[in-house]
Amino acid sequence: MKKKIEIKNLKVSYGSKVVIKDLSLDIYQNEVIAIIGPANSGKSSLLRCLNRMTDFNNEVKVEGSVLLDGQNIYEEEDSTFLRRRVGMVSPLPVGLPMTIQENVTYAPRMAGCKNKAELDFILEDCLKKAALWDEVKDRLHTLATKLSGGQQQRLTIARALSHHPEVLCLDEFSIAIDPVTTMKIESVLHELKKDMTIVMVTNVINQAKRLGDRTAMMLNGEILDLDENSKLFNGQTKDSRTKDYIEGLFG
Amino acid sequence: MFKPSIHLLNKDIREKNFKNILSLVTFFLFLPALGIIFWLFIKGYPALSWDFLTQDPINGMTAGGIFPTIIGTFWLVIISVLVSCPMGVLAALYLSEYAKDGKLTRIIRLAILNLAGVPSIVHALFGLGAFVLFMNMGTSILAASFTLAVMNLPVIITSTLESLKAVPHSYREASWNVGASRLQTIRYIVLPNSYPGILTGVVFAVGRSAGETAAILFTGVAFYLPFLPSTVFDQCMALSMHLFTISTQVVGVPEAYPFATALVLILLILSVNSIAVGLRTYFRVKRKW
Repeated sequence: MKKKIEIKNLKVSYGSKVVIKDLSLDIYQNEVIAIIGPANSGKSSLLRCLNRMTDFNNEVKVEGSVLLDGQNIYEEEDSTFLRRRVGMVSPLPVGLPMTIQENVTYAPRMAGCKNKAELDFILEDCLKKAALWDEVKDRLHTLATKLSGGQQQRLTIARALSHHPEVLCLDEFSIAIDPVTTMKIESVLHELKKDMTIVMVTNVINQAKRLGDRTAMMLNGEILDLDENSKLFNGQTKDSRTKDYIEGLFG
Repeated sequence: MFKPSIHLLNKDIREKNFKNILSLVTFFLFLPALGIIFWLFIKGYPALSWDFLTQDPINGMTAGGIFPTIIGTFWLVIISVLVSCPMGVLAALYLSEYAKDGKLTRIIRLAILNLAGVPSIVHALFGLGAFVLFMNMGTSILAASFTLAVMNLPVIITSTLESLKAVPHSYREASWNVGASRLQTIRYIVLPNSYPGILTGVVFAVGRSAGETAAILFTGVAFYLPFLPSTVFDQCMALSMHLFTISTQVVGVPEAYPFATALVLILLILSVNSIAVGLRTYFRVKRKW
């Protein structure tokens, strides 16, 4: 299997607070890797390192290297191109204060696409993938901020898909969505796996079990356990705390 | 069981009283604003006429109109806003979107806040030293406008900073997340959502510039000029200064004249404000979160 992302000796700190200590992780092409673990274990920080959103926080210090297709992303001067390759869905829904249509076509427009037919195709395609098309197809020109929280979350997913990322990072994408819609999106993610690599942080252990090919258990900025789902969720854990966390005894 | 207890009844009364006090205070604040305009109109009405607006003052400023002062005020306000707005907005953008939160930026912010509290007569002396004498502009519209611009910079920077801060950080993150650059994020996300706040600062600056007397006293405004300024290096007259002159320095001015002049000044500022309010509502309706 081809390695899509290689994280080597990653260390992340906010001021004097170390949130990730010496973490190494390989992520393979076209796999879904789920990251579970209690709050404050550095899951979101890890995701933010993958598309260098850390650049925008002056307090963050990142050491070590993250290789995307063998290229160290921290050696590049400009990180905007990287963010088009590595998409991100944040845990809280953010509808940008513009119309639904403008929201979904924002990324391609910022990348310089002006072709209306192409933008329209992206709009419909991404909204369908995010299981939102049927609900909003008649009001694409209304403000996205008027949508409900769950709809905005799906809009966020549509926006993240709109720039055809090679890697999609999902940070608790289902936090504001009902179970039925979550299932719809999960099945879409299953499809998307064919063309992209998915890194998913989740607090719902069953979701990690359902969607992931492999699952990593993080605690206090370290990976306690990392294995294929068939093993990890069948009691074959290296660390007893992982087993306890999965079974709901700890965390 | 659900009968209101004495305690609850008391609470209800307090609740109502508090609301009444608040509305009363608001009403009393509104009253002077209305009263001023009303009073000025009553007192200044006899002097108001088309000629008053379009004629030069004559007979040692005891008769005629106030045309040159309106023109002068326009010059001063427009040039000072043209200078201070771009500078102020760009400085605020830098401080809010680019500058790292360090010792230096904290000092800059503190300096801006302090500058906003400097009395205008001090700004006037600064303008006299820096623009009139050091930069050799002489007492001119340019020097006076620059002085006003310096005076207004902190106001514009502070209000712009506030309105930039009011744009949720999550919008910026969402924009960066999909590969928009910092500049694109500012252009398409941050600025469109802070126009109303920035406009408020600009309007404030316009009002201050138009009404300011001390800052332009030494730097470019004359008591009386028999001609209109033809370039920015000429001196000019100004409404605020004229009001001061005819109400305290000149003998024999009809009583209605100062009131009418003040009314024109206030209406001028109000009309600029209402344009801004219109623009703000327009932006608000267009973009809302």
